[in-house]
Amino acid sequence: MELDQSVLTGGEVAAFKLRSLYRQYGYMPYKMSKFEEYELYALNKDFLASDSIITFNDADGKLMALKPDVTLSIVKNSEEIPGLLQKVYYDEQVYRTAGTLNAIREIRQAGVECIGEIDTYHSCEVLLLAARSLYSISKSYILDVSHMGFVAGLLECIDISESCKRELLDCIRGKNRHGIEVICGAAGLADDMLERLLTLVQAYGPMERVLDELRPVILNEAMSSSFTELEQVCSVLKNLGYDRNVMFDFSVASSMRYYNGLLFTGYIDGIPSGVLSGGRYDKLMHKMGKKSGAIGFAVYLDLLEGLLSQNNGYDVDILLLYSDDARVETLNRAAQDFVSRGLTVRVQKAVPKELRFRRLFRLSGNEVTELGSDR
Amino acid sequence: MDQTVNVALPKGRLGDNVYEMFEKAGFPSPSIKETSRKLLFENDLHGVRYFWVKPSDVPIYVERGAADIGVAGKDTLLELGPDVYELLDLKTGNCSIVAAAPRNFRDDKRKTLRVATKFVNIARSYYSSLGRDIDIIRLNGSIELAPLLGLSDVIVDIFETGTTLRENDLEVLSVIVPISARLIANKASFKFKNKKLEQIKDSLRAQVR
Repeated sequence: MELDQSVLTGGEVAAFKLRSLYRQYGYMPYKMSKFEEYELYALNKDFLASDSIITFNDADGKLMALKPDVTLSIVKNSEEIPGLLQKVYYDEQVYRTAGTLNAIREIRQAGVECIGEIDTYHSCEVLLLAARSLYSISKSYILDVSHMGFVAGLLECIDISESCKRELLDCIRGKNRHGIEVICGAAGLADDMLERLLTLVQAYGPMERVLDELRPVILNEAMSSSFTELEQVCSVLKNLGYDRNVMFDFSVASSMRYYNGLLFTGYIDGIPSGVLSGGRYDKLMHKMGKKSGAIGFAVYLDLLEGLLSQNNGYDVDILLLYSDDARVETLNRAAQDFVSRGLTVRVQKAVPKELRFRRLFRLSGNEVTELGSDR
Repeated sequence: MDQTVNVALPKGRLGDNVYEMFEKAGFPSPSIKETSRKLLFENDLHGVRYFWVKPSDVPIYVERGAADIGVAGKDTLLELGPDVYELLDLKTGNCSIVAAAPRNFRDDKRKTLRVATKFVNIARSYYSSLGRDIDIIRLNGSIELAPLLGLSDVIVDIFETGTTLRENDLEVLSVIVPISARLIANKASFKFKNKKLEQIKDSLRAQVR
Protein backbone atom coordinates (compact mmCIF):
# COMPACT_ATOMS: atom_id res chain seq x y z
CA MET A 1 0.00 0.00 0.00
CA GLU A 2 1.32 3.38 -0.94
CA LEU A 3 1.96 5.92 1.80
CA ASP A 4 -0.63 8.68 1.86
CA GLN A 5 1.50 11.78 2.55
CA SER A 6 -1.50 13.73 3.81
CA VAL A 7 -1.61 11.69 7.02
CA LEU A 8 1.78 13.08 8.05
CA THR A 9 2.11 16.23 10.11
CA GLY A 10 4.56 18.95 9.10
CA GLY A 11 7.05 17.76 11.70
CA GLU A 12 6.85 14.14 10.49
CA VAL A 13 7.36 15.03 6.84
CA ALA A 14 10.36 17.14 7.81
CA ALA A 15 11.77 14.37 10.02
CA PHE A 16 11.70 11.84 7.15
CA LYS A 17 13.30 14.26 4.73
CA LEU A 18 16.00 15.23 7.22
CA ARG A 19 16.86 11.65 8.11
CA SER A 20 17.36 10.73 4.49
CA LEU A 21 19.39 13.89 3.92
CA TYR A 22 21.75 13.04 6.80
CA ARG A 23 22.07 9.47 5.59
CA GLN A 24 23.14 10.73 2.17
CA TYR A 25 26.18 12.27 3.81
CA GLY A 26 27.02 9.10 5.70
CA TYR A 27 25.75 10.14 9.13
CA MET A 28 24.62 7.21 11.25
CA PRO A 29 21.45 7.08 13.32
CA TYR A 30 21.94 7.50 17.05
CA LYS A 31 19.19 6.15 19.26
CA MET A 32 19.30 6.89 22.92
CA SER A 33 17.37 6.27 26.07
CA LYS A 34 14.79 8.77 27.25
CA PHE A 35 16.65 9.47 30.47
CA GLU A 36 20.11 10.10 31.73
CA GLU A 37 21.73 10.58 35.13
CA TYR A 38 20.84 14.00 36.49
CA GLU A 39 24.46 14.78 37.30
CA LEU A 40 25.32 15.24 33.61
CA TYR A 41 22.90 18.16 33.37
CA ALA A 42 23.66 19.59 36.79
CA LEU A 43 27.32 19.94 35.77
CA ASN A 44 26.51 21.62 32.48
CA LYS A 45 23.45 23.61 33.37
CA ASP A 46 24.42 26.71 31.39
CA PHE A 47 24.60 24.67 28.21
CA LEU A 48 20.90 23.88 28.41
CA ALA A 49 18.23 26.07 26.90
CA SER A 50 16.08 25.89 30.01
CA ASP A 51 16.76 25.47 33.70
CA SER A 52 14.05 23.11 34.81
CA ILE A 53 14.57 19.44 34.33
CA ILE A 54 12.17 16.62 35.20
CA THR A 55 13.91 14.35 37.66
CA PHE A 56 13.00 11.06 39.31
CA ASN A 57 14.72 8.28 41.26
CA ASP A 58 15.48 4.96 39.67
CA ALA A 59 15.25 1.63 41.49
CA ASP A 60 18.64 2.17 43.19
CA GLY A 61 17.70 5.62 44.36
CA LYS A 62 19.91 7.28 41.76
CA LEU A 63 18.64 10.66 40.60
CA MET A 64 17.71 10.50 36.94
CA ALA A 65 16.43 13.10 34.50
CA LEU A 66 14.21 13.04 31.44
CA LYS A 67 16.51 14.24 28.67
CA PRO A 68 16.31 18.03 28.21
CA ASP A 69 19.02 17.89 25.55
CA VAL A 70 20.57 15.43 23.13
CA THR A 71 24.04 16.87 22.49
CA LEU A 72 25.33 16.31 26.03
CA SER A 73 24.50 12.61 25.88
CA ILE A 74 26.17 12.18 22.52
CA VAL A 75 29.29 14.03 23.65
CA LYS A 76 29.46 12.02 26.86
CA ASN A 77 29.35 8.74 24.98
CA SER A 78 31.60 9.77 22.12
CA GLU A 79 34.78 7.81 21.55
CA GLU A 80 37.93 9.57 20.53
CA ILE A 81 39.90 7.81 17.85
CA PRO A 82 42.77 9.93 16.49
CA GLY A 83 42.25 10.92 12.89
CA LEU A 84 38.66 9.68 12.78
CA LEU A 85 35.37 11.51 13.00
CA GLN A 86 32.10 10.40 14.48
CA LYS A 87 29.14 11.46 12.42
CA VAL A 88 25.72 10.82 13.86
CA TYR A 89 22.17 12.04 13.42
CA TYR A 90 19.21 11.76 15.76
CA ASP A 91 15.47 12.27 15.87
CA GLU A 92 14.45 12.41 19.51
CA GLN A 93 12.04 13.87 22.03
CA VAL A 94 13.45 16.18 24.67
CA TYR A 95 11.71 17.61 27.71
CA ARG A 96 12.18 21.23 28.66
CA THR A 97 10.26 24.30 29.69
CA ALA A 98 9.03 26.57 26.96
CA GLY A 99 6.56 29.37 26.41
CA THR A 100 5.37 32.17 28.62
CA LEU A 101 4.15 29.95 31.43
CA ASN A 102 7.38 27.96 31.55
CA ALA A 103 5.42 24.75 31.41
CA ILE A 104 7.38 21.59 30.63
CA ARG A 105 6.84 20.38 27.10
CA GLU A 106 7.83 17.48 24.95
CA ILE A 107 9.80 18.80 22.00
CA ARG A 108 10.86 16.82 18.98
CA GLN A 109 14.35 17.54 17.68
CA ALA A 110 16.31 16.17 14.77
CA GLY A 111 19.90 17.02 14.12
CA VAL A 112 23.46 16.02 13.47
CA GLU A 113 26.68 16.01 15.48
CA CYS A 114 30.13 15.72 13.97
CA ILE A 115 32.78 14.92 16.58
CA GLY A 116 36.55 14.65 16.17
CA GLU A 117 39.21 16.73 14.47
CA ILE A 118 37.01 19.25 12.74
CA ASP A 119 38.64 20.78 9.68
CA THR A 120 37.33 23.36 7.24
CA TYR A 121 35.72 20.68 5.09
CA HIS A 122 33.67 19.43 8.01
CA SER A 123 32.65 22.90 9.22
CA CYS A 124 31.38 23.54 5.72
CA GLU A 125 29.72 20.13 5.45
CA VAL A 126 27.71 20.77 8.61
CA LEU A 127 26.76 24.27 7.43
CA LEU A 128 25.75 22.82 4.10
CA LEU A 129 23.61 20.21 5.86
CA ALA A 130 22.01 22.98 7.92
CA ALA A 131 21.19 24.95 4.77
CA ARG A 132 19.88 21.86 3.00
CA SER A 133 17.80 20.91 6.06
CA LEU A 134 16.08 24.29 5.88
CA TYR A 135 15.67 24.04 2.10
CA SER A 136 13.98 20.67 2.50
CA ILE A 137 11.41 22.32 4.74
CA SER A 138 10.85 25.47 2.68
CA LYS A 139 12.52 27.16 -0.25
CA SER A 140 12.13 30.47 1.51
CA TYR A 141 14.68 30.16 4.28
CA ILE A 142 17.63 32.02 5.75
CA LEU A 143 20.64 30.65 7.58
CA ASP A 144 22.39 33.24 9.74
CA VAL A 145 26.01 32.48 10.47
CA SER A 146 28.19 34.09 13.11
CA HIS A 147 31.57 33.34 14.64
CA MET A 148 32.01 33.33 18.41
CA GLY A 149 35.79 33.58 18.02
CA PHE A 150 35.38 36.91 16.28
CA VAL A 151 32.97 38.30 18.90
CA ALA A 152 35.00 36.96 21.83
CA GLY A 153 38.20 38.30 20.24
CA LEU A 154 36.74 41.79 20.14
CA LEU A 155 35.34 41.65 23.68
CA GLU A 156 38.77 40.48 24.88
CA CYS A 157 40.31 43.78 23.77
CA ILE A 158 37.82 45.82 25.72
CA ASP A 159 38.87 46.75 29.20
CA ILE A 160 35.63 46.47 31.18
CA SER A 161 34.23 44.16 33.85
CA GLU A 162 32.91 40.68 33.04
CA SER A 163 29.37 41.71 33.89
CA CYS A 164 29.59 44.64 31.46
CA LYS A 165 30.88 42.24 28.81
CA ARG A 166 27.87 40.04 29.37
CA GLU A 167 25.65 43.09 28.93
CA LEU A 168 27.49 43.95 25.72
CA LEU A 169 26.93 40.43 24.46
CA ASP A 170 23.22 40.81 25.26
CA CYS A 171 23.15 44.02 23.24
CA ILE A 172 24.91 42.32 20.32
CA ARG A 173 22.32 39.56 20.51
CA GLY A 174 19.48 42.11 20.47
CA LYS A 175 21.01 44.30 17.70
CA ASN A 176 20.80 47.00 20.32
CA ARG A 177 23.02 49.91 19.17
CA HIS A 178 21.82 52.39 21.76
CA GLY A 179 22.48 49.89 24.55
CA ILE A 180 26.10 49.54 23.40
CA GLU A 181 26.47 53.32 23.26
CA VAL A 182 25.22 53.62 26.83
CA ILE A 183 27.50 50.90 28.21
CA CYS A 184 30.58 52.23 26.38
CA GLY A 185 29.77 55.78 27.44
CA ALA A 186 29.51 54.78 31.09
CA ALA A 187 32.78 52.81 30.90
CA GLY A 188 34.58 55.67 29.14
CA LEU A 189 35.58 53.49 26.22
CA ALA A 190 37.61 54.94 23.34
CA ASP A 191 35.64 55.99 20.26
CA ASP A 192 37.35 53.54 17.93
CA MET A 193 36.28 50.62 20.15
CA LEU A 194 32.71 51.87 20.17
CA GLU A 195 32.89 52.20 16.40
CA ARG A 196 34.05 48.58 16.12
CA LEU A 197 31.25 47.31 18.34
CA LEU A 198 28.66 49.29 16.39
CA THR A 199 29.97 47.92 13.08
CA LEU A 200 29.69 44.41 14.47
CA VAL A 201 26.13 44.88 15.71
CA GLN A 202 25.02 46.56 12.46
CA ALA A 203 26.61 43.99 10.17
CA TYR A 204 23.89 41.91 8.60
CA GLY A 205 23.42 40.62 5.11
CA PRO A 206 25.07 38.76 2.24
CA MET A 207 28.36 37.13 3.26
CA GLU A 208 30.72 39.08 1.01
CA ARG A 209 29.29 42.46 1.94
CA VAL A 210 29.55 41.73 5.67
CA LEU A 211 33.15 40.52 5.28
CA ASP A 212 34.03 43.86 3.66
CA GLU A 213 32.39 45.73 6.53
CA LEU A 214 34.18 43.66 9.15
CA ARG A 215 37.71 43.80 7.77
CA PRO A 216 38.53 47.12 9.50
CA VAL A 217 37.23 45.78 12.83
CA ILE A 218 39.97 43.13 13.19
CA LEU A 219 42.30 43.80 16.11
CA ASN A 220 44.08 40.60 17.05
CA GLU A 221 45.05 37.09 16.04
CA ALA A 222 41.85 35.50 17.34
CA MET A 223 39.72 37.83 15.24
CA SER A 224 41.82 37.46 12.13
CA SER A 225 41.81 33.65 12.23
CA SER A 226 38.03 33.68 12.77
CA PHE A 227 37.76 36.07 9.85
CA THR A 228 39.76 33.69 7.65
CA GLU A 229 37.40 30.87 8.59
CA LEU A 230 34.41 33.02 7.64
CA GLU A 231 36.06 33.83 4.31
CA GLN A 232 36.49 30.10 3.64
CA VAL A 233 32.87 29.42 4.55
CA CYS A 234 31.79 32.24 2.27
CA SER A 235 33.73 30.96 -0.71
CA VAL A 236 32.62 27.32 -0.27
CA LEU A 237 28.94 28.13 0.20
CA LYS A 238 29.01 30.64 -2.62
CA ASN A 239 30.45 28.06 -4.99
CA LEU A 240 27.68 25.68 -4.02
CA GLY A 241 25.10 28.36 -4.77
CA TYR A 242 23.95 29.07 -1.23
CA ASP A 243 24.99 32.72 -1.09
CA ARG A 244 21.44 34.02 -1.48
CA ASN A 245 20.17 32.23 1.61
CA VAL A 246 23.16 32.26 3.92
CA MET A 247 23.80 35.56 5.72
CA PHE A 248 26.41 36.66 8.20
CA ASP A 249 24.85 38.01 11.36
CA PHE A 250 26.67 38.51 14.64
CA SER A 251 23.51 38.76 16.69
CA VAL A 252 23.66 34.97 16.67
CA ALA A 253 25.61 34.77 19.90
CA SER A 254 25.60 32.24 22.66
CA SER A 255 27.34 31.38 25.88
CA MET A 256 31.10 31.91 25.43
CA ARG A 257 31.72 29.10 27.88
CA TYR A 258 30.61 26.38 25.49
CA TYR A 259 30.82 27.72 21.97
CA ASN A 260 33.99 28.89 20.31
CA GLY A 261 33.71 28.94 16.54
CA LEU A 262 30.96 29.07 13.95
CA LEU A 263 27.49 29.57 15.32
CA PHE A 264 24.28 29.60 13.30
CA THR A 265 20.51 29.92 13.41
CA GLY A 266 18.04 29.04 10.67
CA TYR A 267 14.72 30.69 9.88
CA ILE A 268 11.80 29.63 7.72
CA ASP A 269 9.48 32.22 6.21
CA GLY A 270 6.21 32.10 8.12
CA ILE A 271 7.61 30.80 11.40
CA PRO A 272 8.28 33.59 13.90
CA SER A 273 11.29 32.09 15.65
CA GLY A 274 14.43 30.22 14.66
CA VAL A 275 13.79 26.57 13.70
CA LEU A 276 17.41 25.45 13.58
CA SER A 277 20.35 26.25 15.76
CA GLY A 278 23.84 24.95 16.09
CA GLY A 279 27.52 25.66 16.23
CA ARG A 280 31.02 24.65 17.08
CA TYR A 281 31.33 23.56 20.71
CA ASP A 282 34.94 22.52 21.37
CA LYS A 283 34.77 24.18 24.77
CA LEU A 284 31.98 21.87 25.90
CA MET A 285 34.08 18.91 24.71
CA HIS A 286 37.07 20.10 26.74
CA LYS A 287 34.90 20.71 29.77
CA MET A 288 33.77 17.10 29.54
CA GLY A 289 37.34 15.85 29.34
CA LYS A 290 37.53 15.30 25.58
CA LYS A 291 40.39 16.54 23.48
CA SER A 292 38.77 16.85 20.08
CA GLY A 293 36.35 19.36 18.65
CA ALA A 294 32.72 19.10 17.65
CA ILE A 295 30.11 20.85 15.55
CA GLY A 296 26.42 20.13 15.14
CA PHE A 297 22.91 21.48 15.02
CA ALA A 298 19.32 20.68 15.89
CA VAL A 299 16.06 21.33 14.03
CA TYR A 300 13.02 22.01 16.22
CA LEU A 301 10.44 19.85 14.54
CA ASP A 302 7.57 20.85 16.80
CA LEU A 303 7.69 24.36 15.32
CA LEU A 304 6.95 22.91 11.91
CA GLU A 305 3.58 21.47 12.89
CA GLY A 306 1.01 22.18 10.28
CA LEU A 307 3.48 23.88 7.98
CA LEU A 308 3.75 21.09 5.44
CA SER A 309 0.65 19.02 5.95
CA GLN A 310 -1.71 19.46 3.08
CA ASN A 311 -5.31 19.74 4.02
CA ASN A 312 -7.88 19.90 1.27
CA GLY A 313 -10.49 21.12 3.73
CA TYR A 314 -12.28 17.76 4.07
CA ASP A 315 -11.92 15.05 6.69
CA VAL A 316 -13.16 12.37 4.28
CA ASP A 317 -14.18 12.13 0.65
CA ILE A 318 -17.26 10.04 1.24
CA LEU A 319 -19.70 9.76 4.10
CA LEU A 320 -21.73 6.56 3.67
CA LEU A 321 -24.91 6.29 5.72
CA TYR A 322 -26.76 3.05 6.38
CA SER A 323 -29.72 1.96 8.46
CA ASP A 324 -30.33 -0.96 10.82
CA ASP A 325 -31.76 -3.20 8.14
CA ALA A 326 -28.71 -2.95 5.86
CA ARG A 327 -26.91 -6.20 5.10
CA VAL A 328 -23.31 -6.33 6.30
CA GLU A 329 -22.05 -7.84 3.02
CA THR A 330 -23.67 -5.12 0.92
CA LEU A 331 -22.41 -2.39 3.20
CA ASN A 332 -18.93 -3.85 3.11
CA ARG A 333 -18.93 -4.07 -0.66
CA ALA A 334 -20.12 -0.47 -0.97
CA ALA A 335 -17.36 0.80 1.34
CA GLN A 336 -14.70 -1.31 -0.41
CA ASP A 337 -15.84 0.06 -3.73
CA PHE A 338 -15.01 3.62 -2.62
CA VAL A 339 -11.70 2.65 -0.99
CA SER A 340 -10.54 0.77 -4.07
CA ARG A 341 -11.07 3.94 -6.07
CA GLY A 342 -8.58 5.68 -3.79
CA LEU A 343 -11.22 7.61 -1.86
CA THR A 344 -11.45 7.96 1.90
CA VAL A 345 -14.75 6.74 3.26
CA ARG A 346 -16.46 6.90 6.61
CA VAL A 347 -19.38 4.60 7.40
CA GLN A 348 -21.93 5.93 9.90
CA LYS A 349 -25.60 5.61 10.73
CA ALA A 350 -26.07 9.35 11.09
CA VAL A 351 -24.17 12.42 10.00
CA PRO A 352 -21.53 13.20 12.66
CA LYS A 353 -21.63 16.77 13.87
CA GLU A 354 -18.19 18.07 13.02
CA LEU A 355 -17.19 15.85 10.14
CA ARG A 356 -16.41 17.64 6.88
CA PHE A 357 -17.12 15.39 3.88
CA ARG A 358 -17.00 15.92 0.15
CA ARG A 359 -19.96 13.74 -0.86
CA LEU A 360 -22.79 12.09 1.06
CA PHE A 361 -24.21 8.67 0.15
CA ARG A 362 -26.87 6.39 1.60
CA LEU A 363 -27.19 2.65 1.30
CA SER A 364 -30.78 1.50 1.08
CA GLY A 365 -31.44 -2.11 0.14
CA ASN A 366 -28.79 -2.89 -2.45
CA GLU A 367 -28.67 0.65 -3.78
CA VAL A 368 -26.12 3.33 -2.98
CA THR A 369 -27.55 6.75 -3.77
CA GLU A 370 -25.95 10.16 -3.50
CA LEU A 371 -27.76 12.53 -1.17
CA GLY A 372 -25.62 15.62 -1.54
CA SER A 373 -22.18 17.08 -1.45
CA ASP A 374 -19.94 19.43 0.45
CA ARG A 375 -19.90 20.18 4.12
CA MET B 1 5.30 36.68 0.45
CA ASP B 2 3.19 39.48 1.85
CA GLN B 3 5.62 42.33 2.43
CA THR B 4 3.17 44.50 4.37
CA VAL B 5 4.75 45.35 7.70
CA ASN B 6 2.52 44.84 10.74
CA VAL B 7 3.16 47.40 13.45
CA ALA B 8 1.92 46.96 17.03
CA LEU B 9 1.52 50.32 18.78
CA PRO B 10 0.86 50.74 22.50
CA LYS B 11 -2.57 52.19 23.30
CA GLY B 12 -2.48 55.54 25.03
CA ARG B 13 -0.50 58.77 24.97
CA LEU B 14 2.83 57.09 24.23
CA GLY B 15 1.30 55.30 21.24
CA ASP B 16 -0.12 58.60 19.90
CA ASN B 17 3.32 60.22 20.11
CA VAL B 18 4.97 57.26 18.48
CA TYR B 19 2.43 57.15 15.66
CA GLU B 20 3.28 60.81 14.95
CA MET B 21 6.90 59.71 14.56
CA PHE B 22 5.92 56.99 12.09
CA GLU B 23 3.79 59.50 10.20
CA LYS B 24 6.60 62.05 9.98
CA ALA B 25 9.00 59.29 8.98
CA GLY B 26 6.87 58.77 5.88
CA PHE B 27 4.54 55.93 6.91
CA PRO B 28 1.17 57.58 7.52
CA SER B 29 -2.17 55.83 7.79
CA PRO B 30 -4.66 58.71 8.12
CA SER B 31 -7.65 56.52 9.02
CA ILE B 32 -6.03 55.84 12.38
CA LYS B 33 -7.06 59.28 13.60
CA GLU B 34 -10.75 58.81 12.88
CA THR B 35 -12.77 57.66 15.84
CA SER B 36 -14.15 54.33 14.77
CA ARG B 37 -14.37 50.78 15.92
CA LYS B 38 -11.81 49.64 13.42
CA LEU B 39 -8.89 47.67 14.82
CA LEU B 40 -6.53 47.54 11.86
CA PHE B 41 -5.30 50.58 9.98
CA GLU B 42 -3.73 49.83 6.66
CA ASN B 43 -1.87 51.90 4.15
CA ASP B 44 -1.26 49.91 0.96
CA LEU B 45 0.77 52.68 -0.59
CA HIS B 46 3.41 52.56 2.12
CA GLY B 47 3.01 48.87 2.90
CA VAL B 48 2.25 49.27 6.61
CA ARG B 49 -0.59 48.07 8.82
CA TYR B 50 -0.98 49.49 12.33
CA PHE B 51 -2.92 48.19 15.28
CA TRP B 52 -3.29 49.25 18.89
CA VAL B 53 -2.69 46.80 21.71
CA LYS B 54 -2.27 47.02 25.46
CA PRO B 55 1.28 48.39 26.03
CA SER B 56 2.46 45.37 27.96
CA ASP B 57 1.22 43.06 25.17
CA VAL B 58 3.34 44.64 22.42
CA PRO B 59 6.41 42.42 23.05
CA ILE B 60 4.21 39.32 22.88
CA TYR B 61 2.71 40.28 19.50
CA VAL B 62 6.19 40.94 18.17
CA GLU B 63 7.92 37.88 19.63
CA ARG B 64 5.23 35.60 18.20
CA GLY B 65 5.30 37.29 14.82
CA ALA B 66 1.72 38.66 14.80
CA ALA B 67 3.45 42.03 14.47
CA ASP B 68 6.73 42.43 12.59
CA ILE B 69 7.71 45.45 14.60
CA GLY B 70 6.29 47.31 17.56
CA VAL B 71 6.96 49.97 20.11
CA ALA B 72 7.32 49.03 23.76
CA GLY B 73 8.61 50.72 26.88
CA LYS B 74 11.97 49.47 28.13
CA ASP B 75 10.13 48.56 31.37
CA THR B 76 7.96 45.95 29.65
CA LEU B 77 10.99 44.63 27.77
CA LEU B 78 12.96 44.19 30.97
CA GLU B 79 10.00 42.66 32.71
CA LEU B 80 9.05 40.17 29.97
CA GLY B 81 12.49 39.53 28.43
CA PRO B 82 11.11 38.70 24.97
CA ASP B 83 13.36 37.18 22.30
CA VAL B 84 13.27 40.14 19.89
CA TYR B 85 15.65 42.67 18.36
CA GLU B 86 15.72 46.06 20.05
CA LEU B 87 16.47 48.25 17.05
CA LEU B 88 16.09 51.81 18.22
CA ASP B 89 15.70 53.99 21.28
CA LEU B 90 12.89 56.37 20.29
CA LYS B 91 13.74 58.63 23.25
CA THR B 92 10.11 59.36 23.93
CA GLY B 93 7.99 58.35 26.92
CA ASN B 94 11.02 59.03 29.08
CA CYS B 95 10.73 58.10 32.73
CA SER B 96 12.48 55.74 35.12
CA ILE B 97 11.83 52.82 37.39
CA VAL B 98 12.66 53.74 40.95
CA ALA B 99 12.56 52.32 44.43
CA ALA B 100 10.57 54.62 46.70
CA ALA B 101 9.47 54.66 50.34
CA PRO B 102 7.71 56.89 52.88
CA ARG B 103 9.73 60.01 53.69
CA ASN B 104 10.95 58.81 57.07
CA PHE B 105 11.83 55.27 55.93
CA ARG B 106 14.97 53.58 57.26
CA ASP B 107 15.93 50.16 55.87
CA ASP B 108 16.18 47.73 58.79
CA LYS B 109 18.68 45.20 57.39
CA ARG B 110 17.76 42.58 59.99
CA LYS B 111 14.39 42.09 58.34
CA THR B 112 13.27 40.86 54.96
CA LEU B 113 12.34 43.90 52.88
CA ARG B 114 8.76 43.86 51.64
CA VAL B 115 8.56 45.27 48.11
CA ALA B 116 5.26 46.09 46.40
CA THR B 117 5.47 46.32 42.62
CA LYS B 118 4.07 45.59 39.20
CA PHE B 119 7.61 44.94 37.96
CA VAL B 120 8.38 41.68 39.69
CA ASN B 121 11.39 40.69 37.60
CA ILE B 122 12.99 44.12 37.60
CA ALA B 123 12.59 44.39 41.39
CA ARG B 124 13.93 40.89 41.92
CA SER B 125 17.05 41.39 39.83
CA TYR B 126 17.73 44.84 41.32
CA TYR B 127 17.60 43.64 44.93
CA SER B 128 19.47 40.45 44.17
CA SER B 129 22.30 42.57 42.71
CA LEU B 130 22.38 44.31 46.11
CA GLY B 131 22.24 40.98 47.92
CA ARG B 132 19.13 42.13 49.80
CA ASP B 133 16.60 39.54 50.90
CA ILE B 134 13.14 40.63 49.78
CA ASP B 135 9.52 39.55 49.78
CA ILE B 136 7.80 40.62 46.58
CA ILE B 137 4.16 41.65 46.68
CA ARG B 138 2.76 41.77 43.17
CA LEU B 139 0.14 44.48 42.68
CA ASN B 140 -1.53 45.65 39.50
CA GLY B 141 -2.19 49.29 40.36
CA SER B 142 -2.17 51.99 43.08
CA ILE B 143 1.24 50.74 44.15
CA GLU B 144 1.81 53.94 46.20
CA LEU B 145 -0.92 52.83 48.57
CA ALA B 146 0.98 49.76 49.76
CA PRO B 147 3.52 51.41 52.13
CA LEU B 148 0.88 53.82 53.45
CA LEU B 149 -1.22 50.90 54.69
CA GLY B 150 1.75 48.89 55.89
CA LEU B 151 1.35 46.31 53.14
CA SER B 152 4.97 46.84 52.08
CA ASP B 153 8.10 48.71 53.20
CA VAL B 154 9.03 50.07 49.80
CA ILE B 155 7.67 50.16 46.26
CA VAL B 156 9.31 49.72 42.88
CA ASP B 157 7.41 51.71 40.30
CA ILE B 158 7.48 54.03 37.29
CA PHE B 159 8.55 57.58 38.13
CA GLU B 160 7.53 60.21 35.64
CA THR B 161 6.99 63.63 37.19
CA GLY B 162 6.99 62.65 40.83
CA THR B 163 3.57 64.16 41.53
CA THR B 164 1.98 60.94 42.72
CA LEU B 165 4.89 60.17 45.01
CA ARG B 166 4.93 63.68 46.47
CA GLU B 167 1.20 63.72 47.08
CA ASN B 168 1.49 60.48 49.00
CA ASP B 169 4.50 61.60 50.99
CA LEU B 170 6.84 59.12 49.33
CA GLU B 171 10.36 59.79 48.15
CA VAL B 172 12.76 58.16 45.70
CA LEU B 173 15.41 55.93 47.33
CA SER B 174 17.23 55.09 44.11
CA VAL B 175 16.78 55.11 40.37
CA ILE B 176 16.88 51.50 39.17
CA VAL B 177 16.80 52.02 35.43
CA PRO B 178 15.94 54.81 32.99
CA ILE B 179 13.05 53.99 30.65
CA SER B 180 12.06 55.10 27.16
CA ALA B 181 10.16 53.71 24.21
CA ARG B 182 12.01 51.23 22.00
CA LEU B 183 11.42 49.99 18.47
CA ILE B 184 11.47 46.20 18.58
CA ALA B 185 11.39 43.66 15.75
CA ASN B 186 10.54 40.01 15.36
CA LYS B 187 13.71 38.06 14.60
CA ALA B 188 12.35 36.15 11.61
CA SER B 189 10.61 39.22 10.15
CA PHE B 190 13.91 41.07 10.37
CA LYS B 191 15.35 38.52 7.95
CA PHE B 192 12.48 38.13 5.54
CA LYS B 193 11.39 41.77 5.42
CA ASN B 194 14.86 43.16 5.98
CA LYS B 195 14.88 45.98 3.44
CA LYS B 196 11.57 47.40 4.52
CA LEU B 197 12.34 47.17 8.24
CA GLU B 198 15.75 48.80 7.80
CA GLN B 199 14.05 51.55 5.85
CA ILE B 200 11.49 52.14 8.61
CA LYS B 201 14.20 52.06 11.26
CA ASP B 202 16.41 54.56 9.44
CA SER B 203 13.53 56.96 8.76
CA LEU B 204 12.45 56.75 12.40
CA ARG B 205 16.01 57.36 13.58
CA ALA B 206 15.88 60.71 11.78
CA GLN B 207 12.82 61.60 13.91
CA VAL B 208 14.49 60.83 17.23
CA ARG B 209 15.34 63.95 19.15
